[in-house]
Amino acid sequence: MSDHKPTGITRWLFTTNHKDIGTLYLWFAFIMFLVGGAMAMVIRAELMEPGMQVVDPLFFNSMTTMHGLIMVFGAVMPAMVGFANWMVPMMIGAPDMALPRMNNWSFWILPFAGTMLVSTLFMEGGGPAFGWTFYAPLSTTFAPASTDFFIFAVHMLGFSSIMGAINIIATILNMRAPGMTLMKMPLFVWTWLITAFLLIAVMPVLAGAVTMMLTDRNFGTSFFDAAGGGDPVLFQHVFWFFGHPEVYIMILPAFGIVSQIIPTFARKQLFGYASMVYATAAIAFLSFIVWAHHMFTVGMPVAGELYFTYATVMIAVPTAVKVFNWTATMWKGSMTFETPMLWAVAFVFLFTIGGFTGLMMGVAPADFQYHDSYFIVAHFHYVLVTGAVFAIIAGIYYWIPKWTGNMYDERLGKIHFWWSTISVNVLFFPQHFLGLAGMPRRIPDYAVQFAEFNFMSSIGGFAFGAAQLLFLYIVIKCIRGGDKATDTVWENPEGLEWTIPSPAPYHTFETAPKVK
Amino acid sequence: MLNQQNKSHNKLVGKLLLVVVGMFGFGFALAPMYEAFCNAFGINGRFVDIQKGSYDATVATDKMQLDKDRTVTVQFTASRNQNLQWEFRPMETSITVHPGEVREVKYYAKNMTGKTVVAQAVPSIVPGQASKYFNKMECFCFTQQTFAPGEAKEMPLRFVVDSGLPKKISTLTLAYTFFDTERRKVKDSAKIETNMRLAIKAR
Repeated sequence: MSDHKPTGITRWLFTTNHKDIGTLYLWFAFIMFLVGGAMAMVIRAELMEPGMQVVDPLFFNSMTTMHGLIMVFGAVMPAMVGFANWMVPMMIGAPDMALPRMNNWSFWILPFAGTMLVSTLFMEGGGPAFGWTFYAPLSTTFAPASTDFFIFAVHMLGFSSIMGAINIIATILNMRAPGMTLMKMPLFVWTWLITAFLLIAVMPVLAGAVTMMLTDRNFGTSFFDAAGGGDPVLFQHVFWFFGHPEVYIMILPAFGIVSQIIPTFARKQLFGYASMVYATAAIAFLSFIVWAHHMFTVGMPVAGELYFTYATVMIAVPTAVKVFNWTATMWKGSMTFETPMLWAVAFVFLFTIGGFTGLMMGVAPADFQYHDSYFIVAHFHYVLVTGAVFAIIAGIYYWIPKWTGNMYDERLGKIHFWWSTISVNVLFFPQHFLGLAGMPRRIPDYAVQFAEFNFMSSIGGFAFGAAQLLFLYIVIKCIRGGDKATDTVWENPEGLEWTIPSPAPYHTFETAPKVK
Repeated sequence: MLNQQNKSHNKLVGKLLLVVVGMFGFGFALAPMYEAFCNAFGINGRFVDIQKGSYDATVATDKMQLDKDRTVTVQFTASRNQNLQWEFRPMETSITVHPGEVREVKYYAKNMTGKTVVAQAVPSIVPGQASKYFNKMECFCFTQQTFAPGEAKEMPLRFVVDSGLPKKISTLTLAYTFFDTERRKVKDSAKIETNMRLAIKAR
């Protein structure tokens, strides 16, 4: 039974193999990334010049809404789960995930949920057009009929995430190889363990929020309807109680990926491993008690503004611990800059810019200027695109030789990196200025004084979008062939995944390795 | 060994599912918690029971220190729940009062739906910090009101502004929303949306 794998379409439909499911997750994420990216292109095309040119305002609003939802729930989260499926068992010396059949189910819910979400665009009355945060009453009283499909899609996505998270926790806690103590686990495994706990804690709250929306819309309840004794502000509290931990769900695994890559190419051990673990846990804890910094302008009492300001700014401490540790890992290392390292270093640099703008907005009195402007758009794209997405791309370049057995095209990889990194800054950096000058987010038209920066931003957007098609080409080229990768792939990388052959056999660690 | 591992999976998964169910419940529990929190701290225009105002009339008498040197403008607005075919408006839109002085104003409501409706008015005060100083002694919002088809009513509101009202607040706005207690969602949201789309196209 050397390396027998099933064949044909049923291999993928019925698979319980963690590597197959990881691959499915990653491809699903990539497809959704391109779909959401196409929507971003529509947005940037409309905003390229002042005035209305390409789409009508309602469709524009649908585009911003669906772009956000698809990128968050369809691209970044599934990509991270894909990495977890591929790498967690291989990193802890387990033969597979703890609950392989549930694993199959949690993936196969996703295409249906994703299809339902996208299909709302073709329904009468149009798709959801209330922003990815779907604030009531826009999403309840004034929303199109397709919103009920959106609600069901969110329920299904939630089920998928919760099952995935339970599976990951069970795998990490129960299936580590002998000798693999918690504090010996690779940092990627640690960040995913903590992320999985965040997921099971907050995805049910999101499910509750959309359920309340559903009953408000169809069954005469008034959770968010002021006329019936409810309160629309309550929606924002419930949503952001989910929403803030959610942003760490997207970024913590990215921290994990970068913490694997930087030591390999700095040829040093990760600096401050234990402090990295504690910092991750601290960030996760703080994420539960800062949610209202997303809603400073709703009319909170001063005490509330002060509390949420202080709590928010506190997050900078564990996050800075991480940034300092990555920097210290590189310090006096024998660094080389293969493609994964380039993306990882860019991650540290650009994510930190996004972190700083986050601090600016965490301060309540300053936030009143930035709130709902392009400044916040610039902020969360720096942390999510040059943060989470850059880490995902870095991780793919880092592990794809192990997955396929072939090296990717280094020259094209570097072109992809420089093209993306330059264009992404042309795309998002001017948005800081737009926001400070007062351009509101989620509008299809704007005053003429914003024209130049918007034009620049759109050019950057198209270039960045095109660069990702090159990435698709690089990935396909690598799958189809290329220089054969060695088992270690890189120079003395740390971790059990490098002790198995390249490409990784269909079944690995059927007898658990001994960890010293 | 494998069996043992399955057992420990089941135990762990069971615990994790409990967390999931608990957090789903917690999401809903946020609604009453939010209400309790706002009531306890007198924020968001809510203080004690939203229907009853902050004090009942007997307590209010102790608070009625008339402050002739200070005047406060009280504005009145009205809005309908969007599904309700009503005429609903204040008879006076703005009056000037002294803190501690009892005043009465009236709201006018007419049922145009062509059927009997049991309606409830829900008050809201802006700024929210002022709500605990606005004492309703008698209010049509304390009870549900039954309207026959075509029936019109003038509905009284008697109130006193507490003299403890912070000095920086010189204007209060009292807003009422009227809604049908048996309202059913009759709206066809798809239709509304299509109309919006057409309106945008037409422009």
